[in-house]
Amino acid sequence: MRRFLVLRVVGKLLIPFMLLFALYVQFHGDFGPGGGFQAGVIGAAVIVFYALIFGLPAARRLVPDAVVESMVGLGVLLYAGVGVAGLVFGGNYLDYFVLGADPVSGQHRGIFWVEAGVAITVSGVMLKIFYMFAGRRRALEDQ
Amino acid sequence: MTLAHLPVLVVVVPLIAAPVTLLLRRPGAAWGIAAAACAFSFAAALLLAAEVAARGPVSYQIGSWPPPWGIEYRLDVLNAFVLVLVSGVAAVVAPYAWRSVAAELPRDQVYLFYTMYCLCVAGLLGMAATGDAFNLFVFMEIASLSSYVLIALGRDRRALLAAYQYLILGTIGATFYVIGVGLLYLMTGTLNLADMAARLPGLQTTRPVLAALAFITVGVSLKLALFPLHLWLPNAYTHAPSAVTALLAATATKVQVYVLLRFYFSVFGLQLVTETLPMPEILLALSLIAILSASLVALWQADLKRLFAYSSVAQIGYITLGISMATKEGLTAAVVHLFNHGITKAALFLLVGGIALRAGRAGFDRLRGLGHSMPLTSIGIVIAGLSLIGVPGTAGFISKWYLVLGAIETGRWWLAGFVVVTSLIAVAYVWRFVEAAYLSAPGKRTPAPGESPPVMLVPAWLAVAACVYFGFDTSFTVGTARRAAALMLGEGP
Amino acid sequence: MSVAGHFASHYSYWITFVLMVAGLYIVIARGNLMKKLIGLSIFQTSVYLLYIAPGKLIGGTAPIVAPAFKVYSNPLPHVLILTAIVVGVATLALGLAIAVRIREAYGSIEEDEILAADRDGGERV
Repeated sequence: MRRFLVLRVVGKLLIPFMLLFALYVQFHGDFGPGGGFQAGVIGAAVIVFYALIFGLPAARRLVPDAVVESMVGLGVLLYAGVGVAGLVFGGNYLDYFVLGADPVSGQHRGIFWVEAGVAITVSGVMLKIFYMFAGRRRALEDQ
Repeated sequence: MTLAHLPVLVVVVPLIAAPVTLLLRRPGAAWGIAAAACAFSFAAALLLAAEVAARGPVSYQIGSWPPPWGIEYRLDVLNAFVLVLVSGVAAVVAPYAWRSVAAELPRDQVYLFYTMYCLCVAGLLGMAATGDAFNLFVFMEIASLSSYVLIALGRDRRALLAAYQYLILGTIGATFYVIGVGLLYLMTGTLNLADMAARLPGLQTTRPVLAALAFITVGVSLKLALFPLHLWLPNAYTHAPSAVTALLAATATKVQVYVLLRFYFSVFGLQLVTETLPMPEILLALSLIAILSASLVALWQADLKRLFAYSSVAQIGYITLGISMATKEGLTAAVVHLFNHGITKAALFLLVGGIALRAGRAGFDRLRGLGHSMPLTSIGIVIAGLSLIGVPGTAGFISKWYLVLGAIETGRWWLAGFVVVTSLIAVAYVWRFVEAAYLSAPGKRTPAPGESPPVMLVPAWLAVAACVYFGFDTSFTVGTARRAAALMLGEGP
Repeated sequence: MSVAGHFASHYSYWITFVLMVAGLYIVIARGNLMKKLIGLSIFQTSVYLLYIAPGKLIGGTAPIVAPAFKVYSNPLPHVLILTAIVVGVATLALGLAIAVRIREAYGSIEEDEILAADRDGGERV
């Protein structure tokens, strides 16, 4: 793929905007359609796109396997951590009402961190799946 | 303060332990976290069971949203009992897994095993604890997906095929369940089980509700391996790693039985299930065939693990037989057998895992003369086998006793006879082990004398001891089961 | 109401029903592990429709309270199905992963060939 100059240039141009769009979907989730799941998938798609153009090894250097696997765990922990924070501040599990000065800001804060956790885990899982499948086909062809 | 949050912590602690084990990446640390989480859940479940027994149902509102809008965890006598069984078995299997998994899995996969183990336990506990039909589906899928992975980790390549078949059938089962819940949601506009039950009267003979009952029955029956929907079970149990077989055989199908009980008696109601529809007759017929056919098939198996897997199908038949009676004695028998069979199968599969560790696998050709080379393991299997048969002085006897009482109470003496006669088939297949282990000379594939390591033998013997203990002291098992049966039949808590 | 009218007014249920049966049929009738998974996905998709279609009210808007709107669609089915879709994705990914592993272990994803391979002394422990 390294030969295709147009692809590489367009890819490099597009990738920042794709990442920005992922962030937009993530943070605009409060006011319109969007949220952590969609943003996570778009974020992972950026890396998949990168891997398609520059090759899987390059993508693996950019986002190593260990990082991807930690993302899977960290996102879930963040989500669960919001739940535990509800307990710590004297509410029930996953109680966002107690997280802020008033219930509305508490809900806002709670869902913000939950969506952040979802985005991290979803992009981690998507990348993990992509790496596993893409890497395995290579392994078969090598034999 | 913590005590009030136990209903959710019992599920959430293993759930949080799963990503922690993933992040630690070290087998020893992952094992420690998993075992500690399971031990915590067990302690929490015991406290909850005591609380529920003393003060009645406990309700917990996730996110402080009041039901029916929010998800409610609702514990009564029945599901607190199931929580104790699941978390107890998980806590006993976890230390056992230390050596067993290290021997059966590549080292770089071990920490992932504990991640999946925690997820599976959290899923099963969540299914039992939740009072929300859709939340139950989510936990069902958490438990199922992790158990497909756990089964696929088996050494043999047939483990992959078994996991695939289980995945297909399990997903069909879960999807049937969710179709049923969807129909109920369309009719009642609620997903909270208690709220649903309150709104169903008056709708009970509408077609969507009847269809929902059918879909949920078939879906859950697939998952609990009711004959003829049991085809995934023998392969899955045979080829999964030993620790996984012990966990799943003792808990997974039992939690599904609980789901069936919950929907039949708490949501749809006795009248719809037993009077409007011929569910007791259908369940009765299927249970009888399950008991008879699976017991007979078990007789011809060449592998001890597979033999006990088929025996599981038969034993599930006894549980559904109890449900089909829909009387107090019958339901007591079903709930008691759910527990007793759980601990019996846990004991058996844990011990068989010890044999697999020493002999590679548990084929009958490797069991010859095992009574001399692995005396503690062999005698354990015999004792747990007696419980499987239902010999007085073991846990199995108690459940069979109530089953026979239930049959006589409903005036079906032939059914009581059937239970006794089919127990004789169990005698025959347990005798096959006795014959191989004690009455045959050691063959060339018999393992050299020496027990499995204590870290495996002690948990297994704890389960064996439980089989005997609950054969004498029935105040916990039968007492709880009677109250659960009364609750299900609407006779008050 | 005429039969055709009855059919037309319930068309979303008919689509659901056809997808459901078609998916289930593929799972049962096909021996190819990949095709089975495709059938399973179609079967699960029908359930998404079963939940979502009744949640939509014609003329209803997103449930954000505003004086200009009187009719709102129920958002809960959509949220439930978002969860179910995630579950479906996870199931499909796991199923495909197992199918890939089976192909590596047996060299085939045809069910009958795999079963035959095991019958011819697949003992490998």
